[in-house]
Amino acid sequence: MDKIRKEKIAFAVIKILAYISVVFLAMLVGYIFFKGFRVINFRFLTDVPRKGVTEGGIFPAILGTFYLVLVSFLVAVPTGVLSGIYLSEYAPKEGAVIRFVRVSVNVLSGIPSVIFGLFGLAIFVNKFHFGVSILSGGLTLGILILPVIIQATMEALRSVPNSFREASFGLGATKWQTVKNIVLPVGMPGILTGVILSVGRSAGETAPILFTAATFYTGRLPHSIFNEVMALPYMIYGLLTEGTFPAKQIPIAYGASTVLLLFVFAMSLLAIIIRMRSRRMKKW
Amino acid sequence: MVKVKTENLMVSFGNKRILKGISMEIPENSVVAIIGPSGCGKSTFLRTLNRMNDFVKGVKIEGKVYIDGKDIYAKDVNVFDLRKKVGMVFQKPNPFPKSIYENIAYGLRIHGIKDKRMIQERVERALRDANLWEEVKDKLFESAFSLSGGQQQRLCTARALAINPEVILMDEPASALDPIATNRLEHLIEKLKKEYTIVVVTHNIQQAARISDYTAFLYMGELVEYDRTEIMFTAPKNKRTEEYIMGKFS
Repeated sequence: MDKIRKEKIAFAVIKILAYISVVFLAMLVGYIFFKGFRVINFRFLTDVPRKGVTEGGIFPAILGTFYLVLVSFLVAVPTGVLSGIYLSEYAPKEGAVIRFVRVSVNVLSGIPSVIFGLFGLAIFVNKFHFGVSILSGGLTLGILILPVIIQATMEALRSVPNSFREASFGLGATKWQTVKNIVLPVGMPGILTGVILSVGRSAGETAPILFTAATFYTGRLPHSIFNEVMALPYMIYGLLTEGTFPAKQIPIAYGASTVLLLFVFAMSLLAIIIRMRSRRMKKW
Repeated sequence: MVKVKTENLMVSFGNKRILKGISMEIPENSVVAIIGPSGCGKSTFLRTLNRMNDFVKGVKIEGKVYIDGKDIYAKDVNVFDLRKKVGMVFQKPNPFPKSIYENIAYGLRIHGIKDKRMIQERVERALRDANLWEEVKDKLFESAFSLSGGQQQRLCTARALAINPEVILMDEPASALDPIATNRLEHLIEKLKKEYTIVVVTHNIQQAARISDYTAFLYMGELVEYDRTEIMFTAPKNKRTEEYIMGKFS
C-alpha cells in the first residue's frame, strides 16, 4: 500500500473517531430532550410534586438545587479564588510547602465525589450537627468544586503576561496593588469561566448530596439552611430507583433531567461567551 | 552633581556572577548610554538601580548603589518610593490593557492621588511631556493597544513621567520600534534630559552616539570604559571599546 493511501485511511479513521463524541452528545441530548419536553410546561416548573411524585411539578427540586449551588458558590468561590491568587502570585515558586499545597489541590480534585458525600455526612451532618440540610450539602459541594476553582484561578493568572506585573512594579506599586488592579482584571475572564463551569458541575452532582442534603420527597419549600431539600439530580435518581409507580414517575425524571441539562448548557454557554469576548479584547 | 553612583557593584544569579564590580557616577540631567554585547550585564545593571532585580530568585547584590547619596539597598529604604523616584521604560512597549488615560492615571492613584482634577492635569502634562498629547487627545479613553508600537512606547514613557521621577531607566526602549518611531523617541530623550537623569541601555551604537552625554561600555560583567560620549567614540582608551564601537564584535 502506498503512503498516500495510508495517509488517507489514517485520516479517515481519526476523523470518524473525532466525530463519535458529537454523535454521542447528540443522541444523549436528543433522547433526553425528546422525552423531557413532553412533560415540561409552566405547571411542571412551578408546582410542587403531588401524590407521591406521580403528578405535579418539580419546583422544590429546582429551588433546592439553586440553594445548594448558591451555598457551594459562596463557600468555594472566595476561598478558591483567594487560594489561587496566593498560590500563583504570592507563594514562592518553589519550596516544599508550596509544592505540597499544589499537590494537595490536585489530589483533592481527583477524589471520587461519593467520598466527599461520605465526608460531608461524617463531618457536617454528624460532627457539626448541621443535619441533612442545605448547609451540609452546600459545604460538601463547595469542597468538591474548590480545587477546580483554585486550578482555574491559577491557570488564568499564569496566563497574564509578566510584562504587566513588571510595568506595575516599575511604577512603585505594591504587590497587592498590582494583583488587584492589573493581574486580576486581566485574569478575570479565565477565573469566571472556571467558576461558572464549576457551578454547572455542582448543580449536577448527586453523590455529595446523597447523604448530606437531599430528600426524595417533600411538599414543603425550605425556609432555612438547616432544612433538607429536594434537588434535581437526586430526584432523578430517586424516581428511577425508588419509584413505586414508574409509568407516571419516569416521564417526570426525564423532565427533571431536561431542566438540569438546560441549566448545565446555559452555564457552558455563558462560559463560552465570556471566553469569546475576552479573546476579542485581548490584544497583547 | 552626581545623581547615581555605584561602588564595586556585584550581582550574581545563583552562582553565576553577572556584574563583577561596577563603579560609576552618573551626573544629574545627563543621558548615560550603556552599551555592550548581549549578555554583558547591561540590563542587570539597569535593574539594580530601581531594585527590579529583587524579584529574581537567587539574586545576590553586593557593593553599593547610591541615589542622591543615599544607599538604596539600605534596610530603611522604601522600595516603592524608590521606584517612584527611579522610573523605568521597558524593552517592549508594555502598556496595561486599559485606556490611554487609565494607563497614566494608574501610577498616580497607586501613590495616593485621588483628586480627579489633579489626575486629569497630570495625565495631560505627562502626555505633553512625552510628545504624545496631540496624537491621543481625542481618544484618551480608547484602549492603549489601539496605538502604534512607537506611540505605545511614548505612552509607557508618559506613564513613567506622570509620577514625577527624577531618574528614568530605559532598557533598549527602541529595539522594537521602526526607524521613524525610534527617531521620535530619541528626540524625546533629548528633551527629557533637561529635567531628568536618564540611563539608556542600547545595543545600537549609533543611537548611543546620537543621544548620550556619557557612554559606558560593559563587557562580560565589567565596566571596560566610561567617559564622555564624544571621547568614547573618537578616542577610546581601551582597545576592546574601540573594537566594539567599530563593530568588530558584538
